[in-house]
Amino acid sequence: MATAPRFWRENPSRYNLVGIKCNSCGRHFFPPRSICPVCHRKSVGKIERVKLKGEGKIFSWTEVQEGPEELSSNRPYIYAMVEMEDGLRFTGQVIDCEPADLQIGTPVRAVLRKLSEEGPSGVIHYGYKFVLRKEKSP
Amino acid sequence: MKVGIVSYGACVPRYRITPEEIGKVWGADGKAVGKGLMINCKSIPAPDEDTITISVEAARNMMKRCDVSPKDIGALYVGSESHPYAVKPTGTIVAEAIEAAPHLTVADFEFACKAGTAAIQTCMGLVGSGMVKYGVAIGADTSQGAPGDALEYSASAGGAAFLIGSEKIIATLDRTYSYTTDTPDFWRREGQIYPRHGGRFTGEPAYFKHVLNGGRGLMERTGTTAKDYTYAVFHQPNGKFPTRVAKQLGFSDTQIKAGLLAPLIGNTYSGAVPLGLAAILDEAKPGDRIFAVAYGSGAGSDAFAMTVTDEIDSYARDRAPTVKEIISNVKFLDYATYAKFRGMIVLGRE
Repeated sequence: MATAPRFWRENPSRYNLVGIKCNSCGRHFFPPRSICPVCHRKSVGKIERVKLKGEGKIFSWTEVQEGPEELSSNRPYIYAMVEMEDGLRFTGQVIDCEPADLQIGTPVRAVLRKLSEEGPSGVIHYGYKFVLRKEKSP
Repeated sequence: MKVGIVSYGACVPRYRITPEEIGKVWGADGKAVGKGLMINCKSIPAPDEDTITISVEAARNMMKRCDVSPKDIGALYVGSESHPYAVKPTGTIVAEAIEAAPHLTVADFEFACKAGTAAIQTCMGLVGSGMVKYGVAIGADTSQGAPGDALEYSASAGGAAFLIGSEKIIATLDRTYSYTTDTPDFWRREGQIYPRHGGRFTGEPAYFKHVLNGGRGLMERTGTTAKDYTYAVFHQPNGKFPTRVAKQLGFSDTQIKAGLLAPLIGNTYSGAVPLGLAAILDEAKPGDRIFAVAYGSGAGSDAFAMTVTDEIDSYARDRAPTVKEIISNVKFLDYATYAKFRGMIVLGRE
């Protein structure tokens, strides 16, 4: 079954980390939703779409030895929970580094990479992964 | 109206392979091949990288360095010979990823290794005529070289993006000149995975003839000589050709040093002159003059004369990594891993 339309709807979130902010309680959520899961009906009409910063720190990470088929060329790969500066936690692959480069708290930023493709003739899906972020010295 | 570069950004994949490692597999003296070509290693895209992801990263670095609203971009062109889709423009995804969509015109360009500079010329026309406020020109490739072919020692990956406009210009695009003929030195037929080339025919009647005529044509039209320029950058299918053509045009090794990246990353095809130009802009000072000649097989050359402005002193270069910083994160691969990354191994599930 073609998944192109489903992925297409999610492109703003996958490409640019577009989430929502509930202007009732001030919390951010990702991916976007139409109602705040904390404020419920109080949030109606107060949901704003916002672009998240895309920068955060490693909250926890692991090295994956057995993953889905589309990542078989990348094995082993690093998967992490990232504490974003907007207060959200994301999960995603951390790329272009070695396990020895990572610690809890290592700064990362989101980049666009290929997530999967629907075979050699199908649509290619792009979305965010994380790379190490060099912090400027004060 | 003065038109020029308002901002720029670059991207080069992290992985590398040496000519020695490639030669080992094919029974060739790879070290000698690398020495002859002046290539120490070449960049390789990761399995999740392609011309789209490289273009997006370069364009995002470009946008980070300036305060231009992406909504003011009226045109975006990506030049490449490795667009991931035959039909479905690379530029549509890049435009969405930098939030420039939907009110702009987008197209993919192809002219072998000079498609990126063709995009710069198109943006110069659109900005100069007042049709758009800003145009984005990108040259990027994940180039293909058939296993065992001479091209395999050099075909690499990378790209750079340029924001062309008429306000807050860091380098004016003073003049451009192109030289084009029908010369079948290198080609890839529709549906074919790898390109073919004419061996030595890619040298004198192709690269050298077009780069020299493009370069000399621009000098004649601007009344300048090599001595008038601080920097020069030429298409670099290897390290040898641009070094030799620079001498023939009267440039010294000092003038081409900053923009000569082929020895470190190989031939990034449509990304080659754009990346070399980005590396020059990383260190350029007000008043510096830049001479650039891109070459595309088939064949043609695009030559540019540029002048760095005072604006570069207040330009936020440090908001994105320099080319030197980007190419310092390196991991060398063996041939087997390189073959897997480039999809050269036929998998059982396919």
